[in-house]
Amino acid sequence: MTRRLGGPGVAAAVLLAAIVAITLLAPLLAPYNPDLPDLFNALGGATAAHPLGGDALGRDVLSRLMYGARTTLLAPVLVICVASAAGTTLAIVAAWAGGKVDAVVSRLLDVLFSVPGIVFALVTVAVLGPGVPGVVIGLAVAYTPYVARVVRSAALRERGLPYVAAAWVQGRSATAICLRHLLPNLRPIIVAQSVSALGFAVIDVAAVSFLGLGVQPPTADWGLMVKSGLDSAMRGQPLEALSAGLLIALVVAAVNLLGDRLGRQS
Amino acid sequence: MSLLTLEGFGLAVPYGRGRRTLVEQVDLTIGRGEAVGLVGESGSGKSMTARAVIGLTPPGARVTGRIVFDGAEVPSGRALRRLRAERIAMIFQDPRAHINPVRSVGDFLTEAMIHNLGTPVRQASARAVRLLKEVGIGDGERRLRQYPHELSGGLLQRVMIASVLAVEPDLVLADEPTTALDVTSQSEVMAILDELRRERGMAMLLITHDLELAAATCDRLAVMYAGRIVEDIDGEPRHPYTRGLMRSRPSLEEAVHRLPVIPGRPVAAFEAGEGCAFGPRCDLAEPRCRETRPPFVRGVACLRAEETA
Amino acid sequence: MRFLAKRLAGLVAVLLVASFLVYGLLYLVPGGPMAFLLGNRSGTPEQIAAIRAQYHLDDPFLVRYAAWLRDAVTGDFGTSLVYRQDVSALMASRATTTVFLVVYATLLIVTGGVAMGLLAGLRGGRADGVVTLVSSAFLATPPFVVGVILVIVFALGLGWFPVFGAGSGFGDRVHHLTLPAVTLSLASAAFLARVTRASVAEESGREHVETARSRGLAEGHIVRRHVLRNAAIPVVTVAGLNVAGLIAGSVVVESIFALDGLGSLFVRAILQRDFAIVQAVVLVLVTAFVLINLVVDLCYSALDPRLSRQ
Ligand SMILES: Nc1ncnc2c1ncn2[C@@H]1O[C@H](COP(=O)(O)OP(=O)(O)O)[C@@H](O)[C@H]1O
Ligand code: SF4
Ligand SMILES: [Mg+2]
Repeated sequence: MTRRLGGPGVAAAVLLAAIVAITLLAPLLAPYNPDLPDLFNALGGATAAHPLGGDALGRDVLSRLMYGARTTLLAPVLVICVASAAGTTLAIVAAWAGGKVDAVVSRLLDVLFSVPGIVFALVTVAVLGPGVPGVVIGLAVAYTPYVARVVRSAALRERGLPYVAAAWVQGRSATAICLRHLLPNLRPIIVAQSVSALGFAVIDVAAVSFLGLGVQPPTADWGLMVKSGLDSAMRGQPLEALSAGLLIALVVAAVNLLGDRLGRQS
Repeated sequence: MSLLTLEGFGLAVPYGRGRRTLVEQVDLTIGRGEAVGLVGESGSGKSMTARAVIGLTPPGARVTGRIVFDGAEVPSGRALRRLRAERIAMIFQDPRAHINPVRSVGDFLTEAMIHNLGTPVRQASARAVRLLKEVGIGDGERRLRQYPHELSGGLLQRVMIASVLAVEPDLVLADEPTTALDVTSQSEVMAILDELRRERGMAMLLITHDLELAAATCDRLAVMYAGRIVEDIDGEPRHPYTRGLMRSRPSLEEAVHRLPVIPGRPVAAFEAGEGCAFGPRCDLAEPRCRETRPPFVRGVACLRAEETA
Repeated sequence: MRFLAKRLAGLVAVLLVASFLVYGLLYLVPGGPMAFLLGNRSGTPEQIAAIRAQYHLDDPFLVRYAAWLRDAVTGDFGTSLVYRQDVSALMASRATTTVFLVVYATLLIVTGGVAMGLLAGLRGGRADGVVTLVSSAFLATPPFVVGVILVIVFALGLGWFPVFGAGSGFGDRVHHLTLPAVTLSLASAAFLARVTRASVAEESGREHVETARSRGLAEGHIVRRHVLRNAAIPVVTVAGLNVAGLIAGSVVVESIFALDGLGSLFVRAILQRDFAIVQAVVLVLVTAFVLINLVVDLCYSALDPRLSRQ
């Protein structure tokens, strides 16, 4: 595994693991209650007590960042799990059935793919109302073709290999062949493609929250913190916006790097 | 005086921290209007040698020895470009890959005339049509407007030959010009190339792995193995490798085609050990063959050449 | 020609499906369309009657859809519940800002992204390393983070650009929309730079380029006529698809810079549950994406003779 990822890949994985660990242990590690206003710390700069200062309500920015990774990361992970499952199923069905089914599914995926992900999220949010569920559903639909297109062509290639014909001759059912043989062989591609989609999903989820349509205040969330931080910056205190923004960029960079490494392997 | 001379030519490419030798100690001469065949299995360094003549070496490659063309060492920069543009032309193995797929056949044929020789566009097109006729493609005007994917491999290779004729070079480097073609067009294309070359008095270095084809076309033959010339054929082949190639060629008399292919895998120069590079595949090998590289004596590099002659 | 006709038919089909979904979504909402349209407003009987009339809520679903679609095709998207104005008029007055922003950003990605990619692909070495590093950083930074950083540095800090607004008149517009356009374009430009780099590097190594070289053609000529010409095929495709991304991204960018464009209208409509506007904007966006895709496909087959002529 280490050899496969290479030095930078391992560094990215360690960074992501550290962020996940910190946010899980936030109740133990965070110096303050993330939701507790403190008028003396409102728009405060970096001090020993508040290393990253306070937001407009005086809540401790560092503590909010520690808690904030939860929604920032969990929602995109959910999106990708759903999209990978749906995408893989569609892809295998299309590749296996071939013919008309394949043509229709491929065309559908192409059309979905041509619409940017955030548009789906905005539409579902319009129907279901602002909040995480709408965002996750919309983006899951949006990312399904991202996984499905790549997996479909890999599955087509795999399907032509002799071992599939051999299993077929031995009288195995199509479902059994797909689950026992095809799926395990496609796994590296599915994982690589899902990880690289995750980077985009983190950006999209945070962007929708930034628009005020995703995670809702007062929950601590990085996307929301960039938004409230922008107001604080107008009033002279840019620390909140900058720290939350850079963290998002760092996480996306790490995820992209991992996806890149995994993609090279498969 | 010979047109092209290679003296102790060698080529090594960067590999990891060191280098890998791909060709070494190659001596070769081609006279004006003469056709010389360079024969050997794939990986033996034939293409590298031919490309080096017009300076098309891989990035970072180190060339040793001398390549002398028409009395002067092959130059670099502007002079090299003029040499390529006017005096030495190359025909590549796979015309489909070696002709730009998004430019029309006409573009391909006239490009060099227009940009290197300064021919006006209309004249260049008219000339291209005549050249196509010479290589056996009748409806030239229509062909000029077509794109490479609309032509068969055989036709494309004729287009490539026509583009070389347009330059009227002194030397043609033909790198396996028929290998990628189907059997029927192979002999046609080879016949066209040979005939037109003779008419114009161009010299040719014909690279092929087909000894019989080379023998039928060329005035002289050199056999290459693992980056070295192992035999300059003069009469009966004496090197065990050449004999192996003879025996493995398709034969019309025998009922079974391509019978005894030389067993084993050909090696590249850097893979060869101390002794004779052909040793591991040679059925005449002796213990001494493993000790030193057999020297090139009287046209052959084999320790047992005298006994088997 | 047949190709074009086929593509146009496909386009119409996609738009029909999209419009059906957009219209039908209204009925998926818990409580039905009435509850949704009113949202948390308690309508007066007249208002409720007006909504029933506007949305033809008493007709069967398909009839209502057909009526809505007929109006939509003629540019009539109904009346906004919040603004009490024609949706088309609301959109028209805001479209200028968005179009200006997207065109500005397109120019930036095409010039900047392609230039960076060419530099990296043709020069290699150090230039390649720098471009690759910078493009990874830009790709990883979400547009809204870029926007916020640009605001903090260039508007609030250095005061070179205004923080808000779209400006009026061409020069003033350019001044106002520079930071938004840069924000919108950075990630796409980075992506385009990568694609250009990869494509140029790949095409430079092609066999036919070796042929051109063996014919003694000048290096500049080879790069222009063979490397760049062939590399343009994927670059144009990706650039086109990126423009679709820019349109979606403008929603976010307009929100950062408080620009009164279609995107901010859209976000506000979602928050205020002003569904007539949501439907109209989504339909316009989908139409734009589908049209861009068509244009990309046409460019693609114009650039690659292997596709257009068989
Ligand atoms: N660009 C290159 N860089 C490094 N090694 C190469 C390159 N091209 C070919 N080789 C190696 O050089 C050897 C000779 O290749 P080549 O001249 O193409 O042989 P031939 O034309 O006789 O088949 C082979 O072992 C091949 O793997
Ligand atoms: S030198 Fe020895 S091994 Fe090499 S070809 Fe001659 S007989 Fe065979
Ligand atoms: Mg070769």
